[in-house]
Amino acid sequence: MSRNSLFGPLDPAPDAGHADPPPRNGFFTDTSVCIGCKACEVACKEWNLLPADDAGSMDLLGLSYDNTGALGASSWRHVAFIEQPAPAAREPEFLGMPTSTLPGASPEHQRTELRWLMSSDVCKHCTHAACLDVCPTGSLFRTEFGTVVVQEDICNGCGYCVSACPYGVIDRREGDGRAWKCTLCYDRLKGDLQPACATACPTQSIQFGDLDELRERAARRVEDLHGAGVAEARLYGHDEDDGVGGDGAFFLLLDEPEVYGLPPDPVVTTRDLPAMWRRAALAGAAMAAATVAAFVRGRR
Amino acid sequence: MVPPADFRSYYGRPILKRPVWTHEIAAYLFTGGLAAGSSLLAAGGDLTGRPGLRRAGRATAMAALLASTGLLVKDLGRPERFLNMLRVAKPTSPMSVGSWVLVAYGGAATGAVAAEVARAVDPRGPVLRPLARVVTVAGRPAGLAAAALSPALATYTAVLLADTAVPSWHEAYPQLPFVFAGSALASGAGVGLIVAGDREVGPAERLAVVGAGMELLAARSVRHNLGILSEPYTTGRPGRLLHAGEVLTSLGVAGALLGRRSRVVRGLSGLSLLTAAAVTRFGIFEGGVASTEDPRYVVVPQRGRLEGRGQTTSTVTPSDRGAKSSPTTG
Repeated sequence: MSRNSLFGPLDPAPDAGHADPPPRNGFFTDTSVCIGCKACEVACKEWNLLPADDAGSMDLLGLSYDNTGALGASSWRHVAFIEQPAPAAREPEFLGMPTSTLPGASPEHQRTELRWLMSSDVCKHCTHAACLDVCPTGSLFRTEFGTVVVQEDICNGCGYCVSACPYGVIDRREGDGRAWKCTLCYDRLKGDLQPACATACPTQSIQFGDLDELRERAARRVEDLHGAGVAEARLYGHDEDDGVGGDGAFFLLLDEPEVYGLPPDPVVTTRDLPAMWRRAALAGAAMAAATVAAFVRGRR
Repeated sequence: MVPPADFRSYYGRPILKRPVWTHEIAAYLFTGGLAAGSSLLAAGGDLTGRPGLRRAGRATAMAALLASTGLLVKDLGRPERFLNMLRVAKPTSPMSVGSWVLVAYGGAATGAVAAEVARAVDPRGPVLRPLARVVTVAGRPAGLAAAALSPALATYTAVLLADTAVPSWHEAYPQLPFVFAGSALASGAGVGLIVAGDREVGPAERLAVVGAGMELLAARSVRHNLGILSEPYTTGRPGRLLHAGEVLTSLGVAGALLGRRSRVVRGLSGLSLLTAAAVTRFGIFEGGVASTEDPRYVVVPQRGRLEGRGQTTSTVTPSDRGAKSSPTTG
């Protein structure tokens, strides 16, 4: 336990009691090179033997190419698609549309200023994981790699973790009753393999490795993008001073987080827990005092 | 600082997951508070020679405790694993703390009610008579222990709801313990108002006033002082439930004070307070759930926080640029 055990910069594995753990592992998901192929979704489902349906969603959702909708108990990678007007500031790119004249040469063949944001979302494996903090059975635990994993033989499906997660990641599986989420392929890490999604990603959008190294790489990547005129590139979840102490899985985004369905300023609920207990103690004391006063006062 | 009314989202889809808890949990919020309030009433009655309050309080506490346990176990995804709650004792988990409070309280409340049973049965015989005597004597310390645990029992559920990412619950963390504490006191008082004769009802009336006052003030604060996060508590079904709770609480207190000569009016007031307590818990519960369904309750306050810290995007976003404007840098 340290001063920052509930909030603030922290190395989570030693704080959780692991003696001499390996360097913290995580994901850097560079959405600027994601091609939306969903190999990550498929590889994850295959490796983890996840059931096909997530609350019955085998439908076409109409969210561009996103038919998964969101992370859930049976979807631990979720590729988001956002079609947007493209930034006008950069030099236009040749889109290769076949016409008899060059694009833009005549009024009827104006190029469309469209861009497509694609991003593979995943459990953030927060430094300060609210799901882990509130789990009453000890099912959720911090691994030696700094990741957060559910022990499915212990979970009794109380659902507290579901409401505690500020990213809306973990959920209870219908028909099963227990809570499930990304394990960061704990079994593969133990076998010195990379997680399934990182292995399957054809563009290295999903990068796996030591978190420190990934953060350095990401900072360089953002600098490169800014230099190339992609001013809207920014990192998300990289900052250990943020509300969850930084994420084990962080992102390079090309727009604001909420456009991708991510909370702009997530804070671990446990930050306020000491204050909450104090308020409860005060209210409890008021109850006791009120009862004493009610009975002691007067003869009637 | 007024947060931006405009916000962006991923196709308007929720960011947070809907709580998996059902109305069983909302009902448990009520029965837990009822148990707590009843135990306090019973202990007061025991110590000040009011056996009517003592008996009714202990019996109600037991019934509420049994109902609570049933509701909690049934709400689990794997009810057969309910004992796993006792694998750890974790201060960062209000549910863990509450499980242990419930276990301790359950033992104490059982001891208290067992004394009532022993007294009522009053068995003869060489084994049963001394046993009944022991059980009867153990009744007072058991009842006092239950009362000592009652404040924790009544308020830990407020911490449980607040210690989540659910925007309208979390933001209400300063007030919720007082809503639940007041509600628990009013529930216990309600029991007293229903059962007590003229000689014993005084403390129940006083508890009703204090409990209802606390509940009304705190609930009011939740409904009006949380900015955009008060909205789920003032609109739709949660809004109607909380308004009804306010009305019923006020009626209950008025009846308790003005109708003190009439047993019927007192009884109706007690019923009103109990109904109000249940309705208020359901309103708080449903209001929180509603705040997870619309991403605006996540995005707008969080964007507002970022802007307040001067941490809005330092880069230009596509929506900032007009289609024909000249290139700008961030």
